[in-house]
Amino acid sequence: MTDPALRASRARQRRSRWFAHGALLLGVLIFALPIWITLVGSTHDVNTIGRGDVPLWFGAHGIENYLAAWSRGSAALRNTRAVPAGTMLWNSMVMATLIAVGKITISILSAYAVVFFAFPGRMLFFWMIFITLMLPIEVRIIPTFQVMVDLHLTDSMAGLVIPVIASATATLLFRQFFLTIPDEYVEAAKIDGAGPLRFFRDVVLPLSRTNIAALFVILFIYGWNQYLWPLLIITDTSLETIVVGLSKMIGRGDAQNEWNAIMATAILALLPPVAVVVLMQRWFVKGLTETEK
Amino acid sequence: MRKNVIFRGKLLPLLLLLPQLVITGLFFFWPAGQAIWSSMLREDAFGLSSNFVGLENFTDVILDPTWRAAAGTTAVFAFSVAILALSVALLLAVQADKAIRGSSLYKTLLIWPYAVAPAVAAVLWLFLFHPQIGLIGRALSTAQIAWDYRLNGGQAMLLVIVASAWKQVSYNFIFFLAGLQSIPKSVLEAAAIDGARPVRRFWTVVFPLLSPTSFFLLTVNLVYAFFDTFGVIHALTQGGPAKATETLIYKVYIDGVENLNLGSSAAQSVILMLIVIAMTVVQFRFIERKVHY
Repeated sequence: MTDPALRASRARQRRSRWFAHGALLLGVLIFALPIWITLVGSTHDVNTIGRGDVPLWFGAHGIENYLAAWSRGSAALRNTRAVPAGTMLWNSMVMATLIAVGKITISILSAYAVVFFAFPGRMLFFWMIFITLMLPIEVRIIPTFQVMVDLHLTDSMAGLVIPVIASATATLLFRQFFLTIPDEYVEAAKIDGAGPLRFFRDVVLPLSRTNIAALFVILFIYGWNQYLWPLLIITDTSLETIVVGLSKMIGRGDAQNEWNAIMATAILALLPPVAVVVLMQRWFVKGLTETEK
Repeated sequence: MRKNVIFRGKLLPLLLLLPQLVITGLFFFWPAGQAIWSSMLREDAFGLSSNFVGLENFTDVILDPTWRAAAGTTAVFAFSVAILALSVALLLAVQADKAIRGSSLYKTLLIWPYAVAPAVAAVLWLFLFHPQIGLIGRALSTAQIAWDYRLNGGQAMLLVIVASAWKQVSYNFIFFLAGLQSIPKSVLEAAAIDGARPVRRFWTVVFPLLSPTSFFLLTVNLVYAFFDTFGVIHALTQGGPAKATETLIYKVYIDGVENLNLGSSAAQSVILMLIVIAMTVVQFRFIERKVHY
C-alpha cells in the first residue's frame, strides 16, 4: 500500500472509532435520561416538581421522600387509599421469586419425564405444553379470571403465582439441554443401581446449574414485571404489587399528584430487576439468547 | 427427541409431568376453550340467559368500526415500535461490535432497560413528557409548541411508541450483537481486501448475514408490541385521548372487564389467539430454516 492510502485508511479508522463512541455515548445518555430525571426528582420536595421547575441535580429531601414512600405511600387524587411502597415491594419480591422458582421446578420435572422416559402419551403431553406458547394470558383474560373466581383464588398470592407458572419456554430449554447429556451417564447410573430420582438429584440437577441460574434471571424479571394479571385479580390493597401500584398512584396524571413520592416509588420499582440484570449479566445474556432458540 | 438409553416406569414420568399438566389444563386449555365457546354466545340485555349465535359475534366485531380503528391503531403502533427499536438497536450493536475501548462497559450500560417493566418505562417517560412537570414537555411549551399528550391523539401515540421501543432496544441490541460477533472475521477481511468501504461492506456483507436475526427479532418485537405493551398504554394514556391509543389488546380488556360485553370480548380474544398462532408459526418455520443454514 502506498503511504497516502495508508494514512487515509488510518484516518478513516479513527473517524469510525470516534463515531462509534459518539453513537454509543448518545445511546447510553438517552437510555439513562429518564432514570436520571426520576432519580433527581425523587430528592426534591413536592412543590418544586409540582411547579414544573424540573431539577437536574439532587435536592435535599431524598431521605424523607423515600421514607415517606416506603412507609406511607401516595394516592392519586381519585384513589382513596395509599399503599406503602414497602408492602408493595415485598409482594413483588415474593411473587417474582415464587414465579421463577415455580416455573423452573415444574419445567425441569416435565422435561426430565419427556426426555428420560418412554410412556404412553409422551408426545401428546409434550405438544400440550408446547402449544401454550400460543396462548398468552392477554388473549384469554376473562375466562381465566372466571376460573380464578370459581377456585376462590382471587385476592391471594396463590392466585398471582399459580396460573402463570406453567412454562413452555423453560420446558423446551431444559429438554434441549437434557438431550446433550451423554447416554453413558444414564448407563453408568443404571449399572450403579441408581434409580431415576437418584440420577435426577445427583447428576441432572448439578449439570443444570448454569441453565437454572440463567433461567432464574429471566423469569424473575418476567415475574416482577407482571401487569395485567395482578391488575385483574388483586383488589385487596395489601396484596398490591409495585408495578401496578405505581401506575395507580399516577391516576390520570394530574399535576397535583405527589410527584416526588411517585418518583421515589418508580426508582424502588425498577431497582430490584435492574440490579439482577446488571449483577448477573453473564447469566442474563445466556438465558435470554437460549430461551429464544 | 428422546434419549436412546432411558429409565423404565410409566407412573413416575406421569407424576413428574402432573403439575405442569394440571396448571396447563386448568389455566390454559379450559379458559381458551371457554373463550371459544362464549365467543359464540350472546347474553340478553339483562344478562339472565344466553343463546348460541354461531359466528355472529365475529362478524359483528369485524364490521364494528371501533374494532377496525383499534386494529389500524395496533398495526401503526406495532410496526412503529418494531422498526424504531430494531433500527436503533442495530446502529448501537454495530458500533459496540467495533473493537473500541470500553465496549463491554457500553454493553452493560445499554442492556439494563430490558429489566424495566413496560408500565414503569411508561412512567419514566411521563416524567419527561408531562406538559406541566416534564423536562421535555415544559421545554416544548416554552418553545410555543402546543404539547399535551392527554389531549392530542398523535402526541399520545408518539409517546407510547417511544416508551415501548425504549425498553425493547436492549433486547434487540443483545441479539444483534451476538449475531454480529458470530460473523467470521475472515469474511469481513476478504471484503476489505476487495476494497469495499465500511458502509458498503455493511450493506452488502454484514446486513445480509444478519437477516435471520433481524427477521426473528421482527416477529418477537411485533408480538411484544401486540401483547406486552398493555402496561404502557394503561399507565400512560388509558387508550385515549378519544381512543387514539386503543390497541386490540386494550379493547379486549375494556370491553370484557369494564363494559362486561363478554361475547364480543371473547370473540376479540379468539381473533387475537389466531394472530398469535400465525406469528408463532411464522417464527418457528423461520427457525427451522435457520437450522439448515
